[in-house]
Amino acid sequence: MNAPAYNFAYLDEQTKRMIRRAILKAVAIPGYQVPFASREMPMPYGWGTGGVQVTASVLGPNDVLKVIDQGADDTTNAVSIRKFFQKTAGVRTTTDTREATVIQTRHRIPETPLAEHQILVFQVPIPEPLRFLEPRETETRRMHALAEYGLMHVKLYEDIAHHGQIATTYAYPVKVDGRYVMDPSPTPKFDNPKMDDCPALQLFGAGREKRIYAIPPYTQVVSLDFEDHPFERYRRDDTCALCGSTDSFLDEIVTDDSGGRMFVCSDTAYCEGRRGSDMPAAPAPGEGKS
Amino acid sequence: MSEDERPLLIAEALKKAFGRQIACRDISFSLHEGEVMAVVGESGSGKSTLLRLLSMQTKPDAGCVRYRMRDGVTRDLAALGEAELRFLARTDWGFVHQDPALGLRMAVSAGANVGERLMAVGWRHYGKIRQAATDWLERVEIEAARIDDRPDIYSGGMRQRLQIARNLVTQPRLVLMDEPTSGLDVSVQARLLDLLRKLVAALKLSAVIVTHDLAVARLLSHRIMVMKAGEVIETGLTDQVLDDPHEPYTQLLVASILQP
Repeated sequence: MNAPAYNFAYLDEQTKRMIRRAILKAVAIPGYQVPFASREMPMPYGWGTGGVQVTASVLGPNDVLKVIDQGADDTTNAVSIRKFFQKTAGVRTTTDTREATVIQTRHRIPETPLAEHQILVFQVPIPEPLRFLEPRETETRRMHALAEYGLMHVKLYEDIAHHGQIATTYAYPVKVDGRYVMDPSPTPKFDNPKMDDCPALQLFGAGREKRIYAIPPYTQVVSLDFEDHPFERYRRDDTCALCGSTDSFLDEIVTDDSGGRMFVCSDTAYCEGRRGSDMPAAPAPGEGKS
Repeated sequence: MSEDERPLLIAEALKKAFGRQIACRDISFSLHEGEVMAVVGESGSGKSTLLRLLSMQTKPDAGCVRYRMRDGVTRDLAALGEAELRFLARTDWGFVHQDPALGLRMAVSAGANVGERLMAVGWRHYGKIRQAATDWLERVEIEAARIDDRPDIYSGGMRQRLQIARNLVTQPRLVLMDEPTSGLDVSVQARLLDLLRKLVAALKLSAVIVTHDLAVARLLSHRIMVMKAGEVIETGLTDQVLDDPHEPYTQLLVASILQP
C-alpha cells in the first residue's frame, strides 16, 4: 500500500476542520450531542468509525497513539485501528497508557490514571441515553433541551422492580456538569467514577449516528441513582490470575470445555506492567496479530 | 371574589381551521374548580380539536386559553414557555386518551408508568415512588400484585384505569379526557364510569370530558356543551339539556339513544 497517497491521518483537512469545530462545540457544552457530517471510513459501522474520525482530527505528528478494545491492546479492532494510523499518519504507537497522548478506546477506561496532556477517544454505538425509552429523536432532543430527565429514572426503576437492584452494568447513564444526561458508551459502570473530575479530555464519537460529545477535563460526572439505591461500582470479587490485582476490572476467560475458567485484568497493558518486564512484550508497532 | 370562585380555566373565542375546514369557531366557556363539563357531538364536530386547543397541543388561530396557576395567578397559556407548559402538563393537568396505548408507556411496568410523573418532578427515592404507585393502583382497582406487569398484558379496562392512575398521581387540578370509555365493553365501561365519578368527587377535580356517549355525560358531568360542525349550539346543566333539549340537533342526539 502506498501510504503517501493519503492525507495525514486519512481524512482531508476540510473534514478535519469540520470535525474539530464539532469537538470544540462539544467541549463548550459538556455532555451535549453535537451533530457532525460523519464520513464513510474504510471499516464497517460498529468498528469505531466515530472514534477513528475524532482521533484523526485531534492527532498531530508528534502524538503517541494507544488503541484499546475492551481494555486489550492486542485484539483485532485495536490492532487494525493502530495499524491504520501507523500507515496513514505515521505516528508512534504504544501500549503504555502513561506514554500515550491520544488513547482511542472501545468500552474501557485504562486502569492507570490519566493525566492532563492526554485525550481519551471513545467509540460510541448509540449516543442517545433515552433511545430505548423514547424512540422519537425529535422528542429526545426536546427532552435534553428542557432537561426533562424523569424518564431516565424510569429505566432505573424498572431495573430495581425486576431485579431488586440497578441491573444496568454498562452504558450506565451519567449527568455531566449538572446539566446533560449522557450515555458514557458501553463502558462497564466500574469505569464511571473515573470519568468524574478526570484531568484528561474525554471525547466521544458516534460514526453511524453522526454525533460527537465531550467531557472537558475536571468536569463533574455523576452516575444517576436513587436515594435508597445508590450507584454502586461493580467488580467481580476475584483476583487477576496473571498479575494478582484485586482492584482492576476483570475479564472471564473460558480455558477448556469442562467448566475451566480464569479471571484476568481486562486492561492488558496494566496487567503486563504489574507483572514486570520479564513478561512477553505487547505487539511492537506494525506487527499486530492477524 | 375569593380564590375558589374565580374560574380555573377560561376559553375565549377559540378558533381553529385546517385549511378551509373549520374545526372550532368562536368557542368560549369557563370552568370552575370541581366542575365537570362534557362536550358532546358527532364525529368531526371539533370536540377533540377543542381538547387539543385547551391543552395547547395545537395552537389556536384566534382566541386564548387562560388558566389559574397554583400560585393563584390566571395566565394566558400562549404566553408560557415550552418548559413551563410541559411542566404544567405533567403536574397540574392530566390527559386521558381514548387509546390507552397513547397515554401509557407500553414497554415499562405499571409501577413505572405511575411513577414516571413523580420521577419527572424530582422524586428520587425508590421506596416512596413504589409506595405511591401501589396506593394509586389500589385506588383504580388494580391488584398491587400486578405492579411489575407491563400494560401490554393488561386488559383494555385495566389499561384505561392505569392511564387514569398515571395521570392523577401528581394530584392535578384539571383533567382532560378524550372519549375515556369508548372501545370498552359496557360492563367495563360502567365500572370505569363509577370509578371516575368517585375520583372526581374525592379529588375535587375539574374535568372536560369529550364523548359521543350521552350516558357518560349524564353520569359524570355537571354541565354539557353540544357541538356541531365546529360550533357550540347548546349549553346548560346536563340534566336540563338532556331532558329538555332546545336545538333540533340536540333533540336528534337525545332521541338516537338506544333503549334496550
